[in-house]
Amino acid sequence: MFEPYLYSAPALLLVAATTLVPIVIGISYAFRNIMLLDPTSGGFVGLDNFRELLRDASFWNALKNTVVWTASCVGFQFLFGLILALMLNRPFPGRALIQATIFLPWAIPTFLVGMNWSWLLNPAIGPLPHWAYALGLMNAPDNILSDPDYALWGPIFAGIWWGTPFFAITLLAALQSIPREIYEAAEIDGAGGLERFRSITLPFLAPTMVITVLLRTIWVANSPELIVVMTKGGPADASQIVASYVFTQAYQGLNFGYASAVATALVLLLLIYAFLLIAIRQAMLGRR
Amino acid sequence: MRGSPRVRLVKWSLHYGVLLLFVVAALFPLYWLVKISLTPNDSLYTHSIDLWPATISLEHYATVIGNSDFLLFFRNSVIVSGVTAIASTLLAAASGYAFSRFVFRGRYWIVGVMLVTQMFPLVIVITPIFSIFGPLGLTNSLMGLIIIYTAFNIPFATFLMQSFFDGIPKELEEAAMIDGATRFKALLQIIAPLTLPGIAATMGFCFTGAWGEILFALLLNSAASTSTFPVGLLLYSTRATIEFGPMMAAGVLALLPVCIFFFLIQRYLVQGLTAGAVKG
Amino acid sequence: MASIDIKNVRKDFGPVSVLKGVDLAIASGEFAVLVGPSGCGKSTLLRLIAGLEDASSGEIHIGGRRVDDLPPRDRDIAMVFQSYALYPHMNVRDNMGYSLRLKRTPQARIAEIVGRAGAKLGLEALGERKPRELSGGQRQRVAMGRAIVRNPKAFLFDEPLSNLDARMREQMRFEIRKLHRDLGATSVYVTHDQIEAMTMADRIVAMNAGIIQQVGTPLELYDDPANVFVAGFIGSPAMNFLSGEARRGETGVALSVGGKAFCTLSQAVAVPEDGRVTIGIRPERIRIGVGAGQVVEAAADLVETTGAASVVHVDLAGQAMKIFTTERLQLTQGQRIPLAIDAKDVCLFDPAGGGRLR
Ligand SMILES: Nc1ncnc2c1ncn2[C@@H]1O[C@H](COP(=O)(O)OP(=O)(O)O)[C@@H](O)[C@H]1O
Ligand SMILES: [Mg+2]
Repeated sequence: MFEPYLYSAPALLLVAATTLVPIVIGISYAFRNIMLLDPTSGGFVGLDNFRELLRDASFWNALKNTVVWTASCVGFQFLFGLILALMLNRPFPGRALIQATIFLPWAIPTFLVGMNWSWLLNPAIGPLPHWAYALGLMNAPDNILSDPDYALWGPIFAGIWWGTPFFAITLLAALQSIPREIYEAAEIDGAGGLERFRSITLPFLAPTMVITVLLRTIWVANSPELIVVMTKGGPADASQIVASYVFTQAYQGLNFGYASAVATALVLLLLIYAFLLIAIRQAMLGRR
Repeated sequence: MRGSPRVRLVKWSLHYGVLLLFVVAALFPLYWLVKISLTPNDSLYTHSIDLWPATISLEHYATVIGNSDFLLFFRNSVIVSGVTAIASTLLAAASGYAFSRFVFRGRYWIVGVMLVTQMFPLVIVITPIFSIFGPLGLTNSLMGLIIIYTAFNIPFATFLMQSFFDGIPKELEEAAMIDGATRFKALLQIIAPLTLPGIAATMGFCFTGAWGEILFALLLNSAASTSTFPVGLLLYSTRATIEFGPMMAAGVLALLPVCIFFFLIQRYLVQGLTAGAVKG
Repeated sequence: MASIDIKNVRKDFGPVSVLKGVDLAIASGEFAVLVGPSGCGKSTLLRLIAGLEDASSGEIHIGGRRVDDLPPRDRDIAMVFQSYALYPHMNVRDNMGYSLRLKRTPQARIAEIVGRAGAKLGLEALGERKPRELSGGQRQRVAMGRAIVRNPKAFLFDEPLSNLDARMREQMRFEIRKLHRDLGATSVYVTHDQIEAMTMADRIVAMNAGIIQQVGTPLELYDDPANVFVAGFIGSPAMNFLSGEARRGETGVALSVGGKAFCTLSQAVAVPEDGRVTIGIRPERIRIGVGAGQVVEAAADLVETTGAASVVHVDLAGQAMKIFTTERLQLTQGQRIPLAIDAKDVCLFDPAGGGRLR
């Protein structure tokens, strides 16, 4: 039985060489002093990078932003996605077209989503600041991307716009896998619309919802593209999340050792998140 | 929906009303992109927030196409995304086939590794890949990006291809093997033709993935000659004097291949999402 | 044409043992039917012969040559799958000719062979059609045609008729048999349907839980089952099993059910110490009314009729029993009816192991 290895080896080797090996190397960098343009750097510095990390206000701010960013993106994506899925789950005239249109944002490349939204938020050519001003939401039609207090919300809007279809499609698929007969049986038994939603739709949908939200959380927390494109984490690191902080550290600071330390911290945080999830799952299984 | 005609009317109006909101929200940013790209320079800033352009012109598109840099970026992106799509689909088809058809020692671990790489923050590999690729001459090279993108696409593409293979009865290649074919021949002559739509969809997913990637493209390929379209556009947008018109025209052009792909593979979206589970 | 010899073959899927030491010799030209309930390992055995799975231990010989290490393509066998496994993107002619194309047979020769097989199966008009444009019965024929074209040493069939409706199945049963008569090729035919086994087989191989229970002609299995499994599996409606007692007397072995005398066997039978036995008797061998054999009384319960015949459900000392009769009876529930039992129709089994007591 060597065949399966033959078929899977090329893919596996490439994945190992370009992700697994670098992950290990990357973690080792976290304990070294590596400056890109400085050939004398490279020595081991133990936990120095991590000590610096603990003192780094930008990092703590990025950590706080990561929570805000992830929770707002995933929360709203989920909410809107669920509404859409429920509305698209019954046949009505024009459904196919409406569905295709609503799902379109998901197909737009992330960088373009980011640029598109930064243009919309730019008072020179975008309407959003002017509308917000007219509605009294803003004191002047300014660009929120350059406002340290609100800059993070630009990428969040873009993220919600872009990610909602993902939830809608996933939840719609789950909804459509619920056998029609169950609803019909419930209706014959006298269950009203709300009751049917509570006693059939929710329980059927719950596993998909939980898994999708949990996985999506990790993915969104790991994705700095929108922020890199829209604000580069600015102004003055105000909209930095940990993932984008790693990138800007590497890209602008050329301080690879420190960037790797931040990335390692991110991995640790995600591992803690994963273990928490597993622990909660175990606890819930144990209670059954 | 049940109820008296009046209640029904209200319910349906509400239904369509809410959906209309979503449709507008989904389309508006794209509409704006197209609108600005068609607004000539003289009315671009004076009428910047009018819903309709006063006059329409293709001058920005002419600017973009006349600009050799953009053409170069476009060409680079097409090469990188095209080769990535082909390479990752081929490799993923092979490994997806193995997962679909064989139970073998280590399979569990291999799937695990692939899943984990999907969950890991890619930013952690940015610095090591930069250091590894530099000495190999893979920075500022299209090849470097192709390797990275292929590797990043493989896990997702593998699960996708596996789901397509799973949909094809195992008996088909068994029949072919009894008819006298080797397994590889059966794969090529019997299974591959039946998976063509799946292969096309996978290529589409990989193509768009590579088409839109920006982090590695920014970091690895800083030289203009090897920049991909996203990098070119982003760097263009941070120049001192920004010309919004041509930039948006370029954005619209970048959108075209993706939109074509989107409408072609619409019916595979759900499968793609369930196979990928975590990727978007 | 070739014989197939299976020697002490075992197959495990991980911890699950699916075939637990199978020995079987199929003669050249024989039509052997492998029958058993679903999940008993029939397909697995067939796939081992085809080379689609590797045996965990044991030997498989086709035509005297050991084939364990040969891939399917080198075993020179043809297989008809339950799902037919027709190549969806090829038309009927290409489906049938694929194996020849792989052997680099010249086009003209392929056309000739495929044409001949098509004529034999009545597929002449369908050559250009794709499998999805065919009816179930036609697909079945194409699958058969694909097998015939190869002119293999042996044919393997895995429940080829189970996706057809009852009428079609009956017809194909007949056609497959005729085809075998014409070609005379060694065939192993897997089915879970004992009627197919009875009507088609030269020899039946009855299998259960990965073990061969009995091998013999259809009538041998019907008349002289080796154990409770075979007795219950072969024949429809199934044999009645009653738990009873056997006591050796002067005239033979006296059987009783629930304390009431059932019948007395004249032939010598090895009876277990405690006298507990399972009494088996076929529904069609019980006569209603006073007749030649011994008579027991039972209470009528329900009558099912198909028009041609009826099955009468009765209660005998608290145990359910079926009687098959072509008479048309009007019975009320609870009505006492006399049953005539002929001692030579009775089989005795060991209640513990299920083996036949002789
Ligand atoms: N590839 C496999 N992996 C694990 N178990 C299998 C596999 N193939 C068959 N089995 C098991 O072996 C048993 C026999 O299967 P099979 O030979 O298909 O039965 P049959 O054809 O008699 O219905 C079943 O219990 C089935 O679940
Ligand atoms: Mg079977």
